Amino acid sequence: MAYSEKVIDHYNNPRNMGSFKKDEEGVGTGIVGAPECGDVMKLQIKVEEDTIVDAKFKTFGCGSAIASSSLATEWLKGKTVDEAGQIKNTEIVQELNLPPVKIHCSVLAEDAIKAALNDYKKKADTEGETEEAATPA
Amino acid sequence: MKLPIYMDNHSTTPCDPRVVDAMLPYFTEKFGNSASRNHSFGWEAEEGVDQARKHIANLINADAKEIVFTSGATESDNLALKGVVEMYKEKGDHVITTSTEHRAVIDAAKSLEKKGVKVTYLPVDKAGRVDPDDVRNAITDKTILISIMLANNEIGTIHPIAEIGKIAKEKGVLFHCDATQGVGKIPVDVQQLGVDLMAFTAHKIYGPKGIGALYVRRKAPRVRLAPMIDGGGHERGMRSGTLPVPLVVGFGKAVELCAQEMPEESVRTMALRDRLQDGIMGALEEVYLNGHETERLPGNLNISFAYVEGEALLMGVKEIALSSGSACTSATLEPSYVLRALGVGSDLAHSSIRFGVGRFTTPEEVEYTIDRMIKAVNHLREMSPLYEMAKEGIDLKTVQWAVH
Repeated sequence: MAYSEKVIDHYNNPRNMGSFKKDEEGVGTGIVGAPECGDVMKLQIKVEEDTIVDAKFKTFGCGSAIASSSLATEWLKGKTVDEAGQIKNTEIVQELNLPPVKIHCSVLAEDAIKAALNDYKKKADTEGETEEAATPA
Repeated sequence: MKLPIYMDNHSTTPCDPRVVDAMLPYFTEKFGNSASRNHSFGWEAEEGVDQARKHIANLINADAKEIVFTSGATESDNLALKGVVEMYKEKGDHVITTSTEHRAVIDAAKSLEKKGVKVTYLPVDKAGRVDPDDVRNAITDKTILISIMLANNEIGTIHPIAEIGKIAKEKGVLFHCDATQGVGKIPVDVQQLGVDLMAFTAHKIYGPKGIGALYVRRKAPRVRLAPMIDGGGHERGMRSGTLPVPLVVGFGKAVELCAQEMPEESVRTMALRDRLQDGIMGALEEVYLNGHETERLPGNLNISFAYVEGEALLMGVKEIALSSGSACTSATLEPSYVLRALGVGSDLAHSSIRFGVGRFTTPEEVEYTIDRMIKAVNHLREMSPLYEMAKEGIDLKTVQWAVH
């Protein structure tokens, strides 16, 4: 499969790769996907006064999955929580020139954004009680 | 050392320059149709074909008359399965094979199933080997064919073919062996293995693409086949069509070279493969060998790298030609069915890489590959949420994943 230059760039130079402490104040964590499906994304946002001031990701998956989540972190920074919820997978597809077989990578990135936002909102509501999208049973 | 590096010799191999040299005259000067019996152009071409046929028969201890040329191993496998089933349908309607065969056999079997043939797909053990007792127990009075590969194309595992051959003979069932990955790499003797039909191809052994062979036993028992391609009655009526003489000659030359060089070459490729295996597995934690530790093709190495996805890994070492069992690299979007049949979890099947060391692989290329693989795996693990969770002591098997 020939990747677009943008995918290759994100793969070689991932933006905002890393983790926040999940219980840190203002941090929302979304973990989506499953190892048996070949992709798992962890996306985290750090919110201050309703604005996402920082974002981080870690991804197990193909180059397109890595690029989709790396791009998502770039786009999240500086957005308000509401604006972040408007990011659509189709925009990621367009920006990265993803071929049809890789569209699910962008869907997963959108899911990860939503999961992180939900986690943040839930935590904000319950004031600091930690709950993860994927928790050990 | 030149880049890119070719490390995918199970997929195909380059033509040996000596093979190309042998082929060239047959495109221009010796261009005759080997079936033309009444002029020197035909005789010349026929001589080239006869010599190739002899080399090929010698390599597998068969008679030259038992070699049927085809377009490749896929056609040979199809001809063996479909030709036997059609010819012996009065005798029975049951075929036995394994779940890790090449798609040429599995899909031919599936096509036969649609026509009412019963097919048993035997399981394999953790190392990829079929149990000969399972073969024995699966045989019924309706069984007409057993089809089991010599060596697997993904994991290189070598099946106990001689033992199965004995069982087939004892039970009076025909035995076909897809030996595409084994012929030319390890000693193959159709008498000692007790096979009645055997498929193989030139392009896996430094010959040209587009030419393969089916060995069809002529004595004890004499195997009959219903042809799939009708026409001029070439190849004893089993495969009509004018022979591609240059390809046949190239196939013969490739086989001749394999016969001469196999003792030295198998030792050399195995040493390079072992170095690759030790170099990678010694430097990284949680890497797993897929297949059999010892009963394996000399050039084969198949490893799963936990917590990283195969296609991403290939992308990280894109100047090295490799293949992966990851779903992302397959047309079906399913992870390798061969690895799944060994009991390898989907997660580790997605993380598998196949290395194929061959005749032209150099020690420098192996060292370079080791170094690049280690760096790429570490780069991706740093990026992997699974690796992070595992490091935190979370058992990934207990996590409730949202399977999509």
